[in-house]
Amino acid sequence: MQQNEFIKIVSPFKDKLFRLAKRLLVSTEEAEDATQEVLVKLWTKNETLSELKSVEAMAMTMTKNYCLDQLKSKRASNMTIVHNNYTDNQASLQQKLEDEDSLSWVEKIINDLPEQQKLIIQMRDIEQYEFEDIAKILDMSEATIRVALSRARKTIREIMTKTHNYGIG
Amino acid sequence: MALDRIENLIDKYFEGETSIAEENELKVYFSSTDVAQHLKQYQTIFGYFSQAKEQQFTQEIPLQTKKRNVVLWLSIAASVVVMLGVGTMMYFNNDKEEQFVACSPEDNPELALQQTEKALALVSEHLNTGIESVSYINEYEQSKNRIFKK
Repeated sequence: MQQNEFIKIVSPFKDKLFRLAKRLLVSTEEAEDATQEVLVKLWTKNETLSELKSVEAMAMTMTKNYCLDQLKSKRASNMTIVHNNYTDNQASLQQKLEDEDSLSWVEKIINDLPEQQKLIIQMRDIEQYEFEDIAKILDMSEATIRVALSRARKTIREIMTKTHNYGIG
Repeated sequence: MALDRIENLIDKYFEGETSIAEENELKVYFSSTDVAQHLKQYQTIFGYFSQAKEQQFTQEIPLQTKKRNVVLWLSIAASVVVMLGVGTMMYFNNDKEEQFVACSPEDNPELALQQTEKALALVSEHLNTGIESVSYINEYEQSKNRIFKK
């Protein structure tokens, strides 16, 4: 497969990989590194790519696994700096744009969810994958995904209503 | 859009039972300006989902393996050039030595003489190079004798 052919295959979903990585790793730089890493890995598999049914699902799974590995090794070495960086950034953003305030609240709430729920919210509510595809990517049953999704959505609603009442009401 | 339909969809949404089409319907509803007061709290959630989808991966895709291939081909090309160079040198060197032709003095005395002279010249040339290095030893001998006078 030629380089430009590969890029043509990859470009429709490379943003999705990045957003998934960012959802899990939070920091933009790390998410960029992860995305590049996954794309390079995909490129080295080059010859077998055409045999796959869905390169996108494969790439999503690879991104998920890579990011979870990253998180695991980071936790093992006791590094939690990334998260702090991120909240600092958000604070300055909040000051700038009043409107975005509640939107970044949603982001914070989602980022505080358990990893599996984060993944599912990201793929369903943001990327709008069908349950069938999510099941393939996460290697879980559709029923489990629905349950986790419902739980995640309800958690978001619950925290949102709380902040909504405190902030405005 | 009928309000009770939206309310119905929201209930289904939180149970995780809406389809993509229905979720899009909700997104469209909440992106409009006239959202019912009691549903305003959900507006930010759907607003965030739409906004989060806008993020893009702006980095270049680094396909390093391609570069590595270029290096590989370059090294192959370089080694081919080196081997060709060495090969031609050997070839021309061989040419010089092949100037000697086998012949017998009975059949062609002139050629035989020529060949012999050439061979002797070659031998003496090589011998001279040997002797040149021996002269260094002489030099060394002299200076040694100067220091350790007998």
